[in-house]
Amino acid sequence: MQYAVLIYAEPDAHQAQGEEAFQSMFQEYVALTQDPRCLANGQLQPIEAATTVHVHDGRTMTTDGPFAETKEVLGGYYIIDVGNLDEAIEFASRVPAARIPGGSIEVRPLVER
Amino acid sequence: MLASLVGFLGDFDLAEEAAQEAFAAAAERWPREGTPANPGAWLTITARNRAIDRIRRERTLAIKTRQLETPTATVDEPHTDVVIEDERLELIFTCCHPAIALEAQVALTLRALGGLTTEEIARAFLVSEETMKRRLTRAKSKIKQAGIPFQVPDVHLLPDRLHAVLAVIYLIYNEGYSNPPSRVDLAVEAIRLGQLLAQLMPDEPEAHGLVALMLIHHARRRARFSGQELILLGDQDRSLWDMRQIATGRQTLGRALALRGRGPYVLQAAIAALQIEERIDWSQVAALYGELAQATRSPVVELNRAVALAESGLTEPALALVEGLTEQLADYQYLHATRAELLARLGRPAEARAAFERALALAHTEPERRFLERRIAEI
Repeated sequence: MQYAVLIYAEPDAHQAQGEEAFQSMFQEYVALTQDPRCLANGQLQPIEAATTVHVHDGRTMTTDGPFAETKEVLGGYYIIDVGNLDEAIEFASRVPAARIPGGSIEVRPLVER
Repeated sequence: MLASLVGFLGDFDLAEEAAQEAFAAAAERWPREGTPANPGAWLTITARNRAIDRIRRERTLAIKTRQLETPTATVDEPHTDVVIEDERLELIFTCCHPAIALEAQVALTLRALGGLTTEEIARAFLVSEETMKRRLTRAKSKIKQAGIPFQVPDVHLLPDRLHAVLAVIYLIYNEGYSNPPSRVDLAVEAIRLGQLLAQLMPDEPEAHGLVALMLIHHARRRARFSGQELILLGDQDRSLWDMRQIATGRQTLGRALALRGRGPYVLQAAIAALQIEERIDWSQVAALYGELAQATRSPVVELNRAVALAESGLTEPALALVEGLTEQLADYQYLHATRAELLARLGRPAEARAAFERALALAHTEPERRFLERRIAEI
């Protein structure tokens, strides 16, 4: 099964752990991309770079900023292919954001086609 | 049978439908052709074959057929009970998967393993049948959509996941223990589930420990109430205790201890076993509460340790321990009631009365209030 492993954290939460911790967490993120079960991954630019798009009566409206104003924001993701939810949870538990204050990982199965 | 099918098919709804079809086939054929030698296996295998036919016919999702590429059983190769039991264990772990909401874990476990109807579960938890049906449906689709596995977790996950299973069973038990039995006795149902788990995991001391704990408490159920009044252990009429159940409980505890179990359920069962002795060894009870407090880090357990210390004659150390908990348990009436009793024993009536007043302000039930008012008047 394929799962999206969605990484949520407060902006700058990783940096707040200190330079040394930040560097080693960065290496952990990279290592997870090398996992053979990882199909795709991406790191998102900060929410300041976000634009929200909405089409109303055929007119495209855009607003500056993210769709939802929350403290924790989506910062990146992995798409993984594993046997079941337990394996997905195990992968997610190795994402550094899972253990820093205010960070959490959402595991969502992809619709199979 | 449902456990076996769900394990095999990986799909609750399909398994339920297939089971119904198998029962219908049995109702038609058994009177005509005679009951088969192993009716359970016949039903399971027939249901499997029906399910396979149905899936082949419908070809709905590729995923389901993939799961069916394992060798197909026929009526000629009856499934052994061992395999079926393994599948029940897998089902327990699936139903109690922490990715499912706790109340749904409880409902699923009772439905799939306790064999209760949705209506019975709904009544036991005081919700409408419609609500319970929705809760079960949501949990079943979560299992399917999220890919919750039908398997006993890997060794490195097992301690946590076993703890989750034990917690669900104990929750069901307490639901039954603290409420008067209705038509569905949840406490009895929980004991059955615990015994099933202990039978399926015979080397797991905590499973035996939980069964022992539930049995020892359950054996005293008829002595716990006099009308609406709660009767404390020391005042219970022992002739109302179910001695056979106590013996089974002690035997089960012995098994857990022989397996070197020192986990929270084994310790609680050991404490419960000591507390029903004619003469209670309070220093031993206090020592076990100490061990339990270390395992659980619960201040309430520490409070119980203080009570045991006091009963063993160490009133001043007990009071010191209680004083150390006042911050953590500031709004817990039993802390104040315990503190009050200890102060009274140490000849400090003014402080004792103040502590009883504090407990009284926090008491929830009428019998508790009456008890505390009586103590205040006595001092």
